[in-house]
Amino acid sequence: MIQEDMLITGQRSLADQIFELKLRGKLAANVSEPGQFVHIRVNGQSGSVAPILRRPISICSRDRAKEEITLIFRSGGLGTDLLKEAEPGERLDVLGPLGHGFPVRDIHDMKKAVVIGGGVGVPPLYGLSAELVKKGVSVLSILGFRSAKDVFYKKEFEELGETVIMTEDGTSGIRGRVTDVLDGMDFDVAYACGPLPMLKAVQRKVSDRPLYISMEQRMGCGIGACLACVVHTTDQNDSKGYRRVCSDGPVFRAGEVELC
Amino acid sequence: MLAVHLPGLDLKNPVMPASGCFAFGAEYGNLYDLNKLGAIIIKAATLEPRFGNPTPRVAETPCGMLNAIGLQNPGVDKIISNELTRLAGYDVPIIANIAGSEMSDYVETAEKMSLNPVVKALELNISCPNVRHGGITFGTVPEIAAELTERVKAVSKKPVYVKLSPNVTDITAMAQAVEEAGADGLSMINTLLGMRIDIKTQKPILANKTGGLSGPAIKPVAIRMIYEVSQKVRIPIIGMGGIQSADDVIEYFLAGASAVAVGTANFADPFVCPKIIDDLPEKLKAMHVTDINELVGRSWKACAKKNESSLR
Ligand SMILES: Cc1cc2nc3c(=O)[nH]c(=O)nc-3n(C[C@H](O)[C@H](O)[C@H](O)COP(=O)(O)OP(=O)(O)OC[C@H]3O[C@@H](n4cnc5c(N)ncnc54)[C@H](O)[C@@H]3O)c2cc1C
Ligand SMILES: Cc1cc2nc3c(=O)[nH]c(=O)nc-3n(C[C@H](O)[C@H](O)[C@H](O)COP(=O)(O)O)c2cc1C
Ligand code: FES
Repeated sequence: MIQEDMLITGQRSLADQIFELKLRGKLAANVSEPGQFVHIRVNGQSGSVAPILRRPISICSRDRAKEEITLIFRSGGLGTDLLKEAEPGERLDVLGPLGHGFPVRDIHDMKKAVVIGGGVGVPPLYGLSAELVKKGVSVLSILGFRSAKDVFYKKEFEELGETVIMTEDGTSGIRGRVTDVLDGMDFDVAYACGPLPMLKAVQRKVSDRPLYISMEQRMGCGIGACLACVVHTTDQNDSKGYRRVCSDGPVFRAGEVELC
Repeated sequence: MLAVHLPGLDLKNPVMPASGCFAFGAEYGNLYDLNKLGAIIIKAATLEPRFGNPTPRVAETPCGMLNAIGLQNPGVDKIISNELTRLAGYDVPIIANIAGSEMSDYVETAEKMSLNPVVKALELNISCPNVRHGGITFGTVPEIAAELTERVKAVSKKPVYVKLSPNVTDITAMAQAVEEAGADGLSMINTLLGMRIDIKTQKPILANKTGGLSGPAIKPVAIRMIYEVSQKVRIPIIGMGGIQSADDVIEYFLAGASAVAVGTANFADPFVCPKIIDDLPEKLKAMHVTDINELVGRSWKACAKKNESSLR
């Protein structure tokens, strides 16, 4: 983990309020797993105090050769509205890579994986899928959005494998929720990232195979010191009884922590 | 130039991370050499392990943040066996923050902590706003704060700094009460009680509803309180609240603090403490100050001097 003023090499709009940001720097070399995140100070060029807290954003993908990471974020709050104004050529104060991502090193017998994403939970699954495909795993992506105007990275996912787009209002892909299509699907391992109700529904459906979920929680430090981001373990006898989303997670094996 | 000597504490510089913002140093120790710090105030210890409050535990505010962590900690015994053993490897004084719900909890926790050789001083947290039936009443009633101080002093093998709550009408009365009860120093200030409501859900953002406000937003309150208290007590004050720069440290000294702690700023910039320590000498040089201790209380001392001379 390092703190670095990374160079902004690109920023573009992908969908309604959704932006893709590319950052170059040494930090990129330290990314060890898909699903890790960065903690960004977004007071930008002004050097102002506000916003005081960093913003956690998942690393969508990493290009080792270009020393670049790609982030995808939704604007709509104080910090992310400032972030979308950031221009190529400027620098951004980034702390990372942080946390533990999706375990991809030892996926011996896994042949078929399904990745399940909702909204801005989709980005880290892109880097994950690319990594899985590289390892010879076939990936089926089920990506849920509210409406057609919110859909992003459809083509990018399609290039990696079969991709099912779902929207709540049916304006793009299949109408419904990601869990509506899970039944009867053939896979060895599942990975999910998205809003809590989605994670809960996925966990109920995928109880017989390994499932990894990525959690969100409001953060302070982002490095494990302030205990702002804790979740309970499901095991009452666990010696600590809690996990920190920022440093023990954000990715957990389903069942390790309580989803509430 | 930066060395400061306070009861129990020989500090190479007056800058230390504030309690609860630095855990037990392990995480920040991965980022830089902790020996650089003047001291470390570790996370509050209670007699029994505490899980703390439900989440969300933090919310951002204009130039500050609210927290309601709820004193989550593994309990004094585990802190001693795991955390202090690790911290013993550093050459940096440790100040142990002590909290509890009953007076007897405080006394027992304080005694255990004070026996550990790594711990150079105690910081009595009589002011955590996030614990019901607990800390808060100790911190708002001078007689109770005094009694607690006296009882902890009776068992503690190390100097005791009492951390005052700003959520009171008369901070000097609190300070004088604990000084009289034997406190060796004061820590000022803890967080200010606050709340934020989400206009979408129309409910408080924090699960605990209320939380403690920290960060630059509270700095003027802390400066005012230290300015008032330092003129009324003889014991030293560790100042805190919104410190982010060497200039802020100087302002605290001028108000009457003899050392400072940095909390929230660690979240914005994890390297803020070493940066401030590196920046201080140049700032002092520019002010023609050769010893930072010269600055303590200068805002009111200089003023007193001026009045004197004009009288003559
Ligand atoms: C591990 C992790 C990875 C994430 N990855 C992404 C991503 O790839 N793309 C993306 O668009 N979003 C992601 N998020 C959510 C993102 O952090 C929030 O949307 C963002 O912090 C909101 O900031 P704001 O300035 O827009 O809102 P504000 O309302 O100004 O935020 C106020 C405070 O609340 C916090 N906050 C608000 N919403 C959330 C939330 N959902 N999760 C955590 N903190 C929140 C902010 O960090 C800030 O401290 C991730 C969150 C976590 C915890
Ligand atoms: C997340 C967080 C946790 C804290 N935990 C404690 C604690 O355990 N004990 C304590 O005495 N003060 C605690 N505090 C208060 C700080 O030590 C400090 O007094 C206060 O935040 C003001 O300083 P700052 O503005 O630099 O943060 C906590 C503050 C924050 C932000
Ligand atoms: S955000 Fe501070 S411990 Fe996780």
